[in-house]
Amino acid sequence: MCTVCGCSDGEVEGHGNGDGHGHHAHGDIHFGQGLAGVAVGNMTQERLIEIETGILSENDRYAAGNRAKLTAMGVFCVNLVSSPGSGKTTLLCATIRAMGGGAAVIEGDQQTSNDAERIRETGAPAVQVNTGKGCHLDGHMVGHALDHLHLHSGDMLFIENVGNLVCPAAFDLGEDAKVAILSVTEGEDKPLKYPDMFTAARIALLNKTDLAPHCDVDLDLYESNLRRVNPTIDIIRVSARTGEGLDAWLGWLRAGSSAKHTARAAG
Amino acid sequence: MHEMSLCEGIRRVVDQVAGSGDITRVTRVRLEIGRFAGVEKPALEFAWAVVMRGSKAEGATLEMIDLPGRALCYDCMATVSIDHRLDPCPNCGSGKLMPDGGDEMRIKDMEVL
Repeated sequence: MCTVCGCSDGEVEGHGNGDGHGHHAHGDIHFGQGLAGVAVGNMTQERLIEIETGILSENDRYAAGNRAKLTAMGVFCVNLVSSPGSGKTTLLCATIRAMGGGAAVIEGDQQTSNDAERIRETGAPAVQVNTGKGCHLDGHMVGHALDHLHLHSGDMLFIENVGNLVCPAAFDLGEDAKVAILSVTEGEDKPLKYPDMFTAARIALLNKTDLAPHCDVDLDLYESNLRRVNPTIDIIRVSARTGEGLDAWLGWLRAGSSAKHTARAAG
Repeated sequence: MHEMSLCEGIRRVVDQVAGSGDITRVTRVRLEIGRFAGVEKPALEFAWAVVMRGSKAEGATLEMIDLPGRALCYDCMATVSIDHRLDPCPNCGSGKLMPDGGDEMRIKDMEVL
């Protein structure tokens, strides 16, 4: 029995289990055909019924469950968000290799398990979630993926969201922080075009800096535009190819992880 | 953005509430949407008609109430009301604004028969 929504677990691709998604034998999970039910208390009155419920309240409940579970396990979790092609997976592989262990990954894409396979080549466990037609991961999907990972205290969990700078901003997954990845080839005004995502993120990684000399881009302008939409955002310039900035990025992750452990120990 | 998913979320709540008691039909649903919620209203209207088909809220009027966008200015430290995400601070003209309200997406209430 699935502990997230009560659906029966362990389904092989092609065999529905009535909850609208299948659970794969290889740890790949497919969504896109339906969603689980919601429980809301009865509030019937005469003709006008007060509801006062958030439209995303169901997602938020799943996300809160994921957050509680990760906190209890002592796992620091980041949600990586970006446009398609910003270099998320390559950067993630470089990050995991530099960490030398203690990483696990939930990979979100509409189709294919290519990215999870690339992650597994680094030695880190990875679960692929295919959203079907969905444009974002949600709290429910991540809850299922967590059941397929064997996490240990002190691990870092990376959730690589579907490449999309719009929808994933609104969907809490239970992470400790959203990490926006922006590559230098995308244009300095990207933060102004898609402000919501960069406002929701606690840190931005300005990726592919090795390409900057070939692209006539102004890296300082990227940074000032990021701070225009989010005055408190942390920014690190990185290159997965040359390793530039990886130490600072790992330092940011470790600081976040130890702050979480300190807060947890303090109760 | 993801107006179809949002409508599916609304339908789940409406079905739950309307499923109890002797409600035969939902005639109106009112939402509160913040200016910075990223919701495209015409897309939500379109998704509404499609997603509510076959439910007690089929044909119901969808009413969206705008909630203002609020932001904290990091230069004059005032909480200000702004219409657009990239507007400057109406107080001091600074561009360093951090939204701190206006991302609401709530189902307020509904009228039923």
